[in-house]
Amino acid sequence: MKLESQKEQKVKIQLSCPMPKLDFDVITLGHGSGGLLTNKLLSSGVFHVLKNDILDRRHDGATVYLQGETAFTSDSFVISPIFFPGGNIGELAVNGTVNDLAMCGAIPRYLSLSFIIEEGLTMKEFWEILLAIKFACVQAGVQIVTGDTKVVERGKGDKIFINTTGLGEVHPDANIGIANIKVGDKVIVSDNLATHGIAIMSVREGLEFETTIESDTRNLNHVIQALMDDFGNGIHLLRDPTRGGVGTVLTEIARDAQLGIDIFQKNIPINEQVYGACEILGLDPLYVANEGIFIAIVDDAIADKVIQKMKSFDHCSKAAIIGEVVESHPRQVVLTSQIGGKRIVNMLVGEQLPRIC
Amino acid sequence: MKFLTEYRDPDLAQRYLNEIQKTVTRPWTIMEVCGGQTHSLVKNGILNMLPKEINMVHGPGCPVCVTPLNLIDKAVYLAEEKSVILCSYGDMLRVPGSEKSLLEAKANGADIRILYSPLEAVKIAEQQPDKQVVFFAVGFETTAPANALSVVHAHRLGLDNYSILASHVLVPPAIEALVSDEECVVEGFLAAGHVCTIMGMKEYYPLVENFKVPIVITGFEPVDILQGILMTVQQLERGEAKLENQYARMVRENGNPKAMDTIYEVFEVTDRMWRGMDVIPQSGYQVKNEYKTFDAKKKFAVDIPEAPENKECIAGSIMKGLKKPYECVHFGKKCKPENPLGAPMVSSEGACAAYYHFSDMLNNLETPVV
Repeated sequence: MKLESQKEQKVKIQLSCPMPKLDFDVITLGHGSGGLLTNKLLSSGVFHVLKNDILDRRHDGATVYLQGETAFTSDSFVISPIFFPGGNIGELAVNGTVNDLAMCGAIPRYLSLSFIIEEGLTMKEFWEILLAIKFACVQAGVQIVTGDTKVVERGKGDKIFINTTGLGEVHPDANIGIANIKVGDKVIVSDNLATHGIAIMSVREGLEFETTIESDTRNLNHVIQALMDDFGNGIHLLRDPTRGGVGTVLTEIARDAQLGIDIFQKNIPINEQVYGACEILGLDPLYVANEGIFIAIVDDAIADKVIQKMKSFDHCSKAAIIGEVVESHPRQVVLTSQIGGKRIVNMLVGEQLPRIC
Repeated sequence: MKFLTEYRDPDLAQRYLNEIQKTVTRPWTIMEVCGGQTHSLVKNGILNMLPKEINMVHGPGCPVCVTPLNLIDKAVYLAEEKSVILCSYGDMLRVPGSEKSLLEAKANGADIRILYSPLEAVKIAEQQPDKQVVFFAVGFETTAPANALSVVHAHRLGLDNYSILASHVLVPPAIEALVSDEECVVEGFLAAGHVCTIMGMKEYYPLVENFKVPIVITGFEPVDILQGILMTVQQLERGEAKLENQYARMVRENGNPKAMDTIYEVFEVTDRMWRGMDVIPQSGYQVKNEYKTFDAKKKFAVDIPEAPENKECIAGSIMKGLKKPYECVHFGKKCKPENPLGAPMVSSEGACAAYYHFSDMLNNLETPVV
């Protein structure tokens, strides 16, 4: 249901924001020159769509107020293709940074937004990306307050790269850190694994396959804030398993905490279509990228309540305890397979390459 | 998921394990031929569940692992030609050549595409007539029909810019080479289910008869593999040597005749060099003379000297079942997937990489391999 309403909202924003009539339909080097063309692009594009009081000052930088401890993060987005099932690079750029702030136990507030555009990007594409950015900001409740636009020659980029940097206020009850993890803690994933990676894979050149799988890109800050409000320092660690997937993130946690982690394959939530695609492509879902889920390591005593709380959010309906922190096999993640066999989960080496047969 | 879940059923798996335990009275050494089976054994943690009497050794059935160094050098050489788009299955890219891997060539600007199907490569050739498209056609009998079909398609389309760099290998001659080897310790085989799906069962009868060794054609899911092991152990315990078919839901006596016709339309049997195992007579396919314009080896005069194999790699002993990956002094130390000394550490189907990724050394966890 919620997904439906999101889509509706997205449509509404698009309807309320028709692309202005411009005397260019393709972005050229001139649009990054800092002169008249840049001003036209910014005024009728970026400033128009992302309008807010701070941005409207149009100063070299933004000045903002934050309360308490500040979380600060930065991320660059170079995804190909830039439009994919379930979203585009624009919302990914906002959600990625919003989620990194949320994983610090922070409430995201302000973002910077920088584009590196390869000349030749159509204004229509750029417009769609801007609208997606706007939509993601509204969803997450953050503002774009400063930014930059550069244009590079054809062949020097890949359509568009985006960097976002974010500031957030750390929740007063948050105490997130690897040092808090202790034996007995439960490992929770918030929803189905591997959805984003498989959605992207399905439209990559040479691998196209028919599917209705859509990227799970979305903001996670509201559910995190709810968990912080209710459970505070009972939440020991939060991570969003983007590149490298859940497997890689868990091995990092085990290594850094100097503790073991046991996970159970039968408890790991995965959409059937995604699972099928992974089987056909020879990929391990544990190493496939995600954009809309998180891992929480929480105190054993509150684990069930955390799951209950998470499930009140539609995008966490598959939340599950997939394992626990153990004393044995320090620095190793051990998976119990569906048939009950055990194996070690290692870090992904390089890119996951499809197998021959 | 249908057709998967039932073959990963924990209760069924346990019943087969109990049955194996009840049947076995002495140690047996069994080889799973196919890399896909090795992958499944380690990924599902089966090795640690089997009774200690069962010693599984990991056969030469990883096409990536047995592709000769020289051919990888040729692929790299072709990929670096400005006019060439080299297309390949994904896991060939990380295999180290004598100087570099395809992945390194790609990073240096070579146009290398990862594909799932050679027919995609034909499509690229159609779309880019100014480029020479070469498909790196490796694999066992399983991938041969699709690779052959790509040549048939390209021929039909009249394309003069498509060719394949073929290095197909065949399972039965490899089994024969293994059991003929004096050092061979293998007492029973799990044959590769997907190879037999294409080729059928006929080629395997002479092997069980001549070498008195049980062969069970086996699938890839955990329950398949456990049943295959049970069938092999039952034969061994009874002193029998028969050909049996565990993977009957896929494998027919006569295989897939259409696929075989396509293979024989394009390929003919030839002697083939296996990395780590030397030349095995009549153990591979080469492109027939009628289709020589689609044979990258003939089309491009690529004369690259044979580079010596890395002497520190014991791939041969591992693929013959004489050594386990962890018995190699370089395993997990000098030789890792990010810097492999030899091919079995590269593909996740390779015995060494499978052990490395999913290490079954659970009893040894005080000294983790990573």
